[in-house]
Amino acid sequence: MSMLELKYIVPGDDFTRAGEASGDVKHKLKKIGYNPDAIRRVSIAMYEGEINMVIHAGGGEAEVNIDPDRVEILLIDHGPGIADVEKAMQAGFSTAPDNVRSLGFGAGMGLPNMKKYSDEMYIETEVGKGSTVRMIVYAQR
Amino acid sequence: MFYHSVTLDEKSCVGCTNCIKRCPTEAIRVRDGKAVITSERCIDCGECIRVCPHHAKKARFDHLDSIEKFKYKIALPAPTLYGQFNNLDDMDYVLTGLKKLGFDEVFEVASAAELVSEVTRKLMEAGKLKTPVISSACPAVVRLIRVRFPDLCDHVLPLYSPMEFAARKAKKDAVEKTGLPESDIGCFFITPCPAKVSDIMAPISVDKSAVDGAIAISEIFPVLSGKMDKLTSVEPLSNSGIIGVGWATSGGESSALLKEKYLAADGIENVIRVLEEIEDERIGELDFIELNACTGGCVGGVLCVENPFIAKARLQRLRKYLPVSQNHLNRSGIVLGDMKWAQSLEFSDVLTLSKDLSEAMKMMGAIDKIVADLPGLDCGACGSPSCRAFAEDVVRGFCKKSDCVFVLRAKMKEVASTISKLDDDLEKGL
Repeated sequence: MSMLELKYIVPGDDFTRAGEASGDVKHKLKKIGYNPDAIRRVSIAMYEGEINMVIHAGGGEAEVNIDPDRVEILLIDHGPGIADVEKAMQAGFSTAPDNVRSLGFGAGMGLPNMKKYSDEMYIETEVGKGSTVRMIVYAQR
Repeated sequence: MFYHSVTLDEKSCVGCTNCIKRCPTEAIRVRDGKAVITSERCIDCGECIRVCPHHAKKARFDHLDSIEKFKYKIALPAPTLYGQFNNLDDMDYVLTGLKKLGFDEVFEVASAAELVSEVTRKLMEAGKLKTPVISSACPAVVRLIRVRFPDLCDHVLPLYSPMEFAARKAKKDAVEKTGLPESDIGCFFITPCPAKVSDIMAPISVDKSAVDGAIAISEIFPVLSGKMDKLTSVEPLSNSGIIGVGWATSGGESSALLKEKYLAADGIENVIRVLEEIEDERIGELDFIELNACTGGCVGGVLCVENPFIAKARLQRLRKYLPVSQNHLNRSGIVLGDMKWAQSLEFSDVLTLSKDLSEAMKMMGAIDKIVADLPGLDCGACGSPSCRAFAEDVVRGFCKKSDCVFVLRAKMKEVASTISKLDDDLEKGL
């Protein structure tokens, strides 16, 4: 049990709502006076993950577990899964469709940025079943 | 520390919900039928003044007769002032009119702005500032960043506002010219907004402002236009160009940097959205961010008399045949030290739930639980701006959950049904 547990549904059908969950997490972390550097890293890493869920997986669920020393972010989707995780982790690699790219997304920086801004990241994925990304950001680096 | 220009006239306040809903820092509550402003949260943006239908929110400023306290009186007109007059084609009319009102001298804030722009350009070229640099000209924005955006405090341009710099320069010049001691010289800013008044009374960047008072544009406008109508000749007083006058409208300060990678946003909600994006590193590569709390920039200030869009159109026409800039560092003998903030902007932790993180987290959990029980209408009838803010107020101990009319109604229904059941049971002889 974490001290503060937040749960969100990330809708897959409405692109304009992407970023709402990470925005709420940021707002709450500020309210509780969390370390500003950790807040920034949580909101960027989670935003990227949230966008990924909307673009590739038709949405999903997000769970954020906050403790004084760390924030754990779980992003669970039931989308197509990631066929080649290693490739997906490369900067610039993207399978995003053109309509998404035209909005300025899909540059292939999602997963690399999530890895960069979080302190730990684990991906469990199965093609055809979905993916779960678990990220941890420590309050103090 | 918490002087505010924005105040409440209790007699006029009817306790409606307009101001509480509009306030960008959730600083206002209605308690016992009257609005109450939480001092440490207020950023003096003036949105509550703008929105109050009962004119119960007021701005404190100085009256024209207060200039008499000084032997030598200097007016510092904001460039916004020029946009208030119809068919104005020469700023000297306004400046000469100000002298007829009793000022010994006028020093245009627009001319100081041109020097601030040049110093900013130099600092940015030298790579001395953390990018994106965020403008510090709007005091409401600086105060907003101070209470809501800890990560962005060190992006704020650490230079005096044109107003502050104008007062310092005008005073120094006047001491040399008149031989009077500085205490005999009074500098009065002709202000478009209450945030500037607060910035004079409780400055963030300096210990004490060199500005001695602020007179609202709305107060000076009728008497000034009366004087201007009677002018038979004008003095050649104006000393500002396209750049200086441009500071009155959103985008003026940025375009004065002669760079392409800038963003200018105005209106407090838009400002907040942009600040969120900068914080999350989503704005791409920009060098400069100009933010104005009022729509249109300073021309949208709540103490202006003219519609901001009309004022903007007038200023565009007025600027058209001016030189680009009439003030230059190498000719003025100004150095960076004359303009640099004494201290950097420090985050003021007034919105967090508790200084103790574990305690704050427990409170956040309690707030989420209460929110789940509330109707989510954000009606404001409880006196808090939203259901979430109300839940926070309950957890902070400022009010009770039953202050929500819907919670109260549900409770009363429960009690009523218990009583009626009891009554039924009695009748049936149970």
